[in-house]
Amino acid sequence: MSDKIIKNGRIVADARLTVTLAEGEAPADIAVPAGQVLVPLAVWQARRDELLSRAQSGELGVWLAAGEDVAALANDVANLQVIALQFPKFTDGRSYSAATLLRSRYKYGGELRAIGFVLRDQFNYMTRCGFDALEPPAGRYTDEQLEAAVASIDDFTQPYQSSVKDPLPLFRRVERGATPQVQA
Amino acid sequence: MYQYDEYDQRLLDERVAQFRDQTRRYLAGELSDDEFRPLRLQNGLYIQRHAPMFRISVPYGNLASRQLRKLAQLARTYDRGYAHFTTRTNVQFNWPALENVPEMLAGLASVQMHANQTSGNCIRNITADPFAGVAADEVADPRPFAEILRQWATYNPEFAFLPRKFKIAFNSAAEDRVVLRVYDIGLDLIRNDAGELGFRVLVGGGLGRTPILGEEVAAFVPWPHLITYCEAILRVYNRYGRRDNLWKARIKILVKALGVEEFRRQVEEEWAHSKDGPSTITEAELARVAAHFAPPAYADLPAHDAAFDALLAGNKAFATWFKRNVRAHRQPGYASVILSLKKTGTAPGDVTAEQMDLIADLADRFSFGEARMLHEQNVALADVRRQDLFEVWQAAREAGLATPNIGLLTDIICCPGGDFCSLANARSIPVADALQRRFDDLDYQHDIGEIDLNISGCMNSCGHHHVGHIGILGVDKNNEEWYQITIGGTQGNGTTLGKVIGPSFALDEVVGVVEQLLETYVELRHEDERFIDTVQRVGIDPFKTRVYADRQPHRKPAHV
Repeated sequence: MSDKIIKNGRIVADARLTVTLAEGEAPADIAVPAGQVLVPLAVWQARRDELLSRAQSGELGVWLAAGEDVAALANDVANLQVIALQFPKFTDGRSYSAATLLRSRYKYGGELRAIGFVLRDQFNYMTRCGFDALEPPAGRYTDEQLEAAVASIDDFTQPYQSSVKDPLPLFRRVERGATPQVQA
Repeated sequence: MYQYDEYDQRLLDERVAQFRDQTRRYLAGELSDDEFRPLRLQNGLYIQRHAPMFRISVPYGNLASRQLRKLAQLARTYDRGYAHFTTRTNVQFNWPALENVPEMLAGLASVQMHANQTSGNCIRNITADPFAGVAADEVADPRPFAEILRQWATYNPEFAFLPRKFKIAFNSAAEDRVVLRVYDIGLDLIRNDAGELGFRVLVGGGLGRTPILGEEVAAFVPWPHLITYCEAILRVYNRYGRRDNLWKARIKILVKALGVEEFRRQVEEEWAHSKDGPSTITEAELARVAAHFAPPAYADLPAHDAAFDALLAGNKAFATWFKRNVRAHRQPGYASVILSLKKTGTAPGDVTAEQMDLIADLADRFSFGEARMLHEQNVALADVRRQDLFEVWQAAREAGLATPNIGLLTDIICCPGGDFCSLANARSIPVADALQRRFDDLDYQHDIGEIDLNISGCMNSCGHHHVGHIGILGVDKNNEEWYQITIGGTQGNGTTLGKVIGPSFALDEVVGVVEQLLETYVELRHEDERFIDTVQRVGIDPFKTRVYADRQPHRKPAHV
C-alpha cells in the first residue's frame, strides 16, 4: 500500500490494499478485507463468483505476479475496473509485455496499475506500455520528488515506435524528413 | 549515411537531458547504486578497474568525418588521447570521469552520436556488413533496414529490461561478413524467387559461456514485416526467457529449451496479432531512409589505369599493402581500403586522437567523408579512387595505419581484457602483444597466409575466440591467469565453433604453443591450403599431439 500514487499523470491519495498469499496459504482460506483491495490472481480465480460484484464496482482489483499470463483475465476485462501488474525487481521487464498485451490484445480499458519496484526512472516506459496508475513503494519518494517524477513521464515527446500510448509508429504519426536546427 | 531529422535530434537531446538528471540525482544520493546501474549501463557506462568505461554506439559501423573528429576531441579532453574500437562497432573510452559523461553525451549528440543501449539487458547496437553499398556480392543495401530497426529499438519501452542483452546483425551479401550465426537475431537480406526483398531470420546464436550457432526461424519474411516479426521474437523472449540464472538468460537458451520448431510456433502465433498492423514498414518510410544511403557521386573512371599498374609493379611495399588491405569495389576505378589498427606494439583496436583526425581527413579527401568500422577492429574507407590509393597509403603509413596484415596472423581480434575490464579473468592485450612481436616478420606471415587469431579475456567472448581459427581464452585458476586454446573455429558463411585442444597454458607458454600449432600446419599443409583448411582436413589430433608431447600431462582441464 502506498498513500500516494500517480494516476493519469497526477498525484492522488490512495488507500488500496494489496492482499498477498503467504506460502502454503490457500486462496479459499484468506479473508478478503473490505474496502479497496487488490487480490492475487489465484484468489480471483478460486472465488470469482463471490468477488465479482466488488470487482465490477471497482472496489476490488486483481494483481498478477510477473510471469503470470494475462490471458487468464481475457474473459474478465469488462468486469474488472482495476488490474495491477507486479515488478518483483525493477529490472524484471515481463510486466511491460503483460501490460501491452492487456491493453492491445485484450482491449482492457480500466485502471492498469504498476506495483512492486516501481521507480520514477521507469515511469516513461511504464506509461507508454499502458500503465495509467503508478504505485511506487511506500515512502520511497518525497512529495517534491514525486512532483518532479510526474514530469519525467513525458521525457520523450515523440517516441520512435508504436506502443499502447502511441499506437502509430513515428513514421505514420508525423511527416518526417525536416533537417534539425544546427546546434551552436 | 543517415542524417537526423528534427525528431531524431529531439529524442536524442531528450535522452541526454534525462541522463544528466539521473546522474545528478545519483551524485546527490537520491539514486542508489543498484537503481543507477541499469540507467548508466543503458547510457554506455560500465564501472571498470580504473574508471568508468564509456561505450559509444556506432550504428552499423558508419562514421562521418565530423563524428571521428568529435571522438578525437573527446579522447583528448576527457580521456588519455585514444579510444578503443570493438568487435561490435562500438567505441570505448577507458578513463572518463562519471561527472563528465553527461557533457560527453551532449558533445556526441551535437554530431548525431550517442551511447544508447550499448550495455544493459536491452537491444544493443545493430551491426551490418561493413561493405554495404559497395560490395560486388551484395543483394541490396541492408543499412536502411538496420536504421529502421535501430529506431524501433531505441528507447523501446517494452524491451528495456529483457532477461539479458540482445544483439542484432544484418548481412546482405553472398559472403557473411558480420558473423550472422552468433547473433541473437541474424537478419540475412535476400530475394525470393519472385524477386522480392525480405529476410531469412536466424535466432538464438551467441558466444559466451555456452556458444551456440543461430538457427533459421523464418526462411523469408518480406521486408515490410521486419519490425513486427522482430517484435514478436522479442515479446516471446521477454515473457519466457529465463531470469533465474544470468548464464542461462540469453535467447539461445530459450530456443534450445523449446526447440526451434516450438519457438517458431510461438513467434508466429504472436506475430499473427501484429502482422500488417501499424508497425508494418511503409514504402514511403523505406524510401525516406534509403535516400540517405544512396550511392555517392562517383566519377566515371576506367576500370584499369596503366599508370596505376606501373606504380604497383614498381613499388613492392605498396603492392604488398594493396594485396592485403585493399578490396575490390563494384564501381569501376574505385576500391575499398582497410586501415589496420593492428600495428605491432599497439593494443588491437586502439586508435589515437591523431589517428582519428587523420582518418577523418582521409575520409574527407578521398572517400566522401565517411569511414566504416569492421568487427575485426579495423577501419575501412569504402569509396577510394584507385588513382588515390598511393597517396592514401603514404598518409596511412606515416600514421601507423598501413600495416599490410589484414587477414594475417597479427591482425588479431582482441578484447581489452584484464588490463581494463573488470569482468575479465585474464589479460588479453599482453598475449596479443607477445604474439605480434614474435610473428612480426611479414614474410613469415605471408607464408602462413590467412588466419584468424582471436583472443578473449573471459567467457563473455568479446574477442570472439570461439570463431577464431586459433582462439585463445583467458581463464582463472586459483586467481592465476591461464589460457585455453581452441582451433578450427571459423566466421563467415560456414561459421563453426573451435574445439579445445586440451588443458590450458600459462601466459609465457602461449606464444610457444601458437608457434607449434603453426609448425604443425606447415608440415601437414597441402599446397594452397590455409591453416583452417588443414585443421578441417586432418582434425585437431595432430596439433594436440604436437603441443602436449613435451608438456606435463597431469594438468586438469580448465574449468569453464
